[in-house]
Amino acid sequence: MLNVGRLEEGIVLDHIKAGRSLDIYYLLQLDKLDCTVAIIKNARSNKMEKKDILKVECDINMLDFDVLALIDHNITVNVIKNGEIVEKKELTLPKQIKNVIRCHNPRCITSIEQELPHIFYLADTKKEIYRCKYCEEKYAGYSGSELK
Amino acid sequence: MRHLMSPLDFTTQELDRLFDLANDIERNPQNYAHACEGNILATCFYEPSTRTRLSFESAMTRLGGRVIGFADAASSSASKGESVSDTIRIISCYADICAMRHPKEGAPMVASEKSSIPVINAGDGGHQHPTQTLTDLLTIRSLKGRLGNFTIGLCGDLKFGRTVHSLINALVRYDNIRFVFISPEELRVPDYITDMLREQEIPYEEVIRLEQIMPELDLLYMTRVQKERFFNEEDYVRLKDFYILNVSKMALAKKDMLVLHPLPRVNEISVEVDDDPRAVYFKQAQYGVYVRMALILTLLGKDR
Repeated sequence: MLNVGRLEEGIVLDHIKAGRSLDIYYLLQLDKLDCTVAIIKNARSNKMEKKDILKVECDINMLDFDVLALIDHNITVNVIKNGEIVEKKELTLPKQIKNVIRCHNPRCITSIEQELPHIFYLADTKKEIYRCKYCEEKYAGYSGSELK
Repeated sequence: MRHLMSPLDFTTQELDRLFDLANDIERNPQNYAHACEGNILATCFYEPSTRTRLSFESAMTRLGGRVIGFADAASSSASKGESVSDTIRIISCYADICAMRHPKEGAPMVASEKSSIPVINAGDGGHQHPTQTLTDLLTIRSLKGRLGNFTIGLCGDLKFGRTVHSLINALVRYDNIRFVFISPEELRVPDYITDMLREQEIPYEEVIRLEQIMPELDLLYMTRVQKERFFNEEDYVRLKDFYILNVSKMALAKKDMLVLHPLPRVNEISVEVDDDPRAVYFKQAQYGVYVRMALILTLLGKDR
C-alpha cells in the first residue's frame, strides 16, 4: 500500500468511486486553495475493490461538503484534528445548489441573462432529482464536465 | 408583494377566493369599472401572442386602468441587448403591475426577483402559462359548479402541450378526479405525469380513440394535433381523424359534458360543433378576461 504522510489537521475523503477524485478536487475548488492535497487513485478496497481517496490539509470550514453528496453520498468524510479522526460527517443532499452545475436547456433564461446564477433545487429527495429553479429542467446526473 | 409564476403558486383556498371574485365581476361588472383607476398595467410581450395580450389589456381596461407595453421583442430594448433584470427595473418605475411573455423559460421569474411591482407570467416558452390554467379552472368551476368529482378527457398532443400539463398539475389538488388521456402513441402524456398520478393514487387511463371513451366523460379538453409531430405521413393520415371532434362523436357524449379548448382551434373541432351548447371554448375566452381582472385586483391588493 502506498504511504502518504500523516495528516495533522484537515479531511480525508474515503470511499470515493474509483476515477472520481479529480471531479471532487475541482468541485471542492481545491485548485483555488493554498493547501496540501494528496490524491490517491485506484487504492485497493475490501468494500469497493477499487476506490479513490483525497487527503486535504486545511481548515475544514473552508470547504463546502454539501456538494459532495451530489456526486456520491456514500463518500466517507473523516475530519482530522491533531492527527486523529474526530468526526465522521454524514453527507446529505443539499436543498439548493448554486453555480455548481449548469442548466443545459437552451430554452432556459440562464442561457442568455447576464450573470444569472445557475440554481438547482432538490425536487425529489427519494429519487435524488434536482431541477433548475427557472425552467424546471431535470438535472441529468453529474458527469464531471459541468465545471469545465 | 405577490407574483404569479405557476398555477400552483396559489393554494386551492386562494384560488376559490380568486374565482369567487371573477364570478362577482361577471355578475356585476359595473362595480369594478373604476377599481383600477390611476393604475397602469405593462404588457411586456417578447414574442407575439395576440389573444393573451388582448385579454390582459381588456381586463385592465375594464377595471378602469391604463395599459402600456410592447408586443414583440423587436420593439423593446431587448433588441439592443438589455437583460430582463434591467428591463423590469425600468418597467417598475413606469407601471403598477406587469404581465410578461417571453420565449425563454423562467424569464418572468427572473423579472419577479428584481421587480418592485407584481409580475404575472403570461407564458414562458414551453414551460408555464398559468393564466390559461386559471382560465380553464374558472370555466370548469363556473359551468360545472365544482372542481372535482368528474372524469376529464384530455385529447390530442399530450406530450408537448404545456396547457395540458399545467391543467393536470392543477387538477390533482382536487378530490375524485379521473383522467383519460386520448392521444396517438407518439404524443402520449410524459412519464413524469403518469408517475405522479400513480404515486398519488389518482385514477387515469390512456386510450387511442376518442369515440370509445366519449360516453364516460364529464369534460373534454381538446388540443391541436400538429402534423409535424408525427414521425411519418402514414401515421398522421391514419390517426388524424380520431382526434377531430364532430357532431357524430358529440352524439356519443353525455348531455351535460363540456368541451374546452385553449384556442386557437385549427381543424380538431369541426365548426358544426360550435352550435352545440356543450361547446364552451368561446365562453372560456370570456372567462379568461374575468380571471385576469380578478388576478390584477388580487395582486394589486384591491380584492377586498
